[in-house]
Amino acid sequence: MSELQHKVIVGLEIHVQLCTKSKMFCGCAAEFGAEPNSRVCPVCLGMPGVLPVMNKQAFEYAVLVGLALNCRIAAFTKWDRKSYYYPDLPKNYQISQYDLPLSTNGYIEIPLESGRTKKVRITRAHLEEDAGKNLHTAGDFSQVDLNRTGTPLLEIVTEPDMSSGAEVRALAAELQRMVRFLGVSEADMQKGHMRFEPNINLVITKDGRQYKTPIVEIKNLNSFRALERSVDYEEQRQLDEFLETGEVMEMGNKTTRGWDDEREVTVLQREKEEAHDYRYFPEPDLVPVELTDAWLEEIRGRLCELPIKKQIRFVEQYKLSDYDAGVLTADRSTAEFFDEVVKAGGDPKRACNWVTQDGLRLAKERGCRVDELGISPQQVAELTNMIVMGDVSATAATAISDIMVTSPDLSARRIAEEHNLIQKSDADELEAIVDQVIAANPNAVEDVTSGGKKSKKARGFLLGQVMQKTRGQANPKVVSEILAKKLG
Amino acid sequence: MAKKIDQAQVRKVAKLSRLELTEAEVEEFTGQLRAILDYVEKMNELDTTNVEPLAHCLPLSNVFRQDRVKESLGTEKTLGNAPQRDGEFFKVPKILDDSSGA
Ligand SMILES: [Zn+2]
Repeated sequence: MSELQHKVIVGLEIHVQLCTKSKMFCGCAAEFGAEPNSRVCPVCLGMPGVLPVMNKQAFEYAVLVGLALNCRIAAFTKWDRKSYYYPDLPKNYQISQYDLPLSTNGYIEIPLESGRTKKVRITRAHLEEDAGKNLHTAGDFSQVDLNRTGTPLLEIVTEPDMSSGAEVRALAAELQRMVRFLGVSEADMQKGHMRFEPNINLVITKDGRQYKTPIVEIKNLNSFRALERSVDYEEQRQLDEFLETGEVMEMGNKTTRGWDDEREVTVLQREKEEAHDYRYFPEPDLVPVELTDAWLEEIRGRLCELPIKKQIRFVEQYKLSDYDAGVLTADRSTAEFFDEVVKAGGDPKRACNWVTQDGLRLAKERGCRVDELGISPQQVAELTNMIVMGDVSATAATAISDIMVTSPDLSARRIAEEHNLIQKSDADELEAIVDQVIAANPNAVEDVTSGGKKSKKARGFLLGQVMQKTRGQANPKVVSEILAKKLG
Repeated sequence: MAKKIDQAQVRKVAKLSRLELTEAEVEEFTGQLRAILDYVEKMNELDTTNVEPLAHCLPLSNVFRQDRVKESLGTEKTLGNAPQRDGEFFKVPKILDDSSGA
């Protein structure tokens, strides 16, 4: 047996659709799901004599993402034409950026397991227009819908810094969270707002020599799951293929494979030989963009605390688990609401529980966000402190939340008082009741003090008796403590 | 001095452009393109050592529009010039090996 080790190497090409109202170079609405070919004008159709005019919002969104990706933002950027031969972009070229992209040399920090993070370098991010859609299901011809033609697209290229399907998935999820936080894309993979094309190969060490397998690019990935599985699948497939053929990477042997979601395999796609001869040249119809320092700073002012930074801060500052911090920062409004609760004096751990349990449940029931429930961070802060003080039980807190959402003017304490949900934690008062229960149940007391098999059950019985006498309003923690003190 | 354009290059460009040329056309265009390139070659006689590369021939930058939706043509007008349509879609010959998309 020969010594064999391998490592998978993955870089990503990512397309993110920016959520502007209109398209990149014309005023047609950029919306998903409209009647086919209803959001089309002469610019989209590539009619002779039309002129594209750049959407300022699209440009600024792209710069904002470039900044979030820690990129160097170009002070001077221009547009280029890239040859294109499918009818979903009828002018036969795509307006893109070739030699002067608007951002280069950045990185994205991605969360890995147990709070670890990793930096993946970003080669470049540039703006381009999207193509429309070709449909092939109608028979012996194809159908073309140009609604998506010309919508703004941000292309992001990473360095080959990822070394597992899980890391690739983590980057995808982090980027999704980031662009949603920035409010520049809906970033729904199923709707094609985000498309990932991994470039994968292996470095194999065999008998002390190193080999690189040919690079494979994967297309047709429409979920995070498919993205991760395709990388894992390719890792094994390339290893098997190398052992069988010994083929290594060389100029021109990169191939494209499509992901078959049902069979969970990649399938070789036939490509025309010169398919990658894009023959870029400068776009004469669009003038360059000069980004002044003042303008760049204005755009920088629109950045928010990025999700990964928030997640790390929640762990460090509020002592939350990495998992909890991840749930809170999945969505910007949820994360910010939680932050407000803590800033209003709420207990961080209880506030986290409230937001991720009662808050998200109520929001889901009402089809809104947590901050749209009409419950203020102050109300939640008060409620969390009532839980900490033992004034209300967790069960009562849920009941209070349900009432709060329909009576947003009432404080948590007032609701608790009006609905008899205040828990008795006064030790003296409860001690008297515990004494009564002990006196009335000598058999159970005997079972507890003898410490036998029945001890735990008897203790529970006595606690239940106290709860019954207080109509469920005793703080079970305090009662248990008193019982322990009296019976050992 | 750039390499002179030859018939093989013309065939390649034609193929990339999805143009079907006859042998006579290949010969004709090779001559024409060569003449054009020879003419452009004269530019290389100029000393451009201290000249900044030009990104655009107009002395302009930052021409933008606001992100406002304007009315589109509508499906009927959009498809008005289409040689063939299928309902609300353009109808085109079946695309084989589709690797369209941005
Ligand atoms: Zn348009």
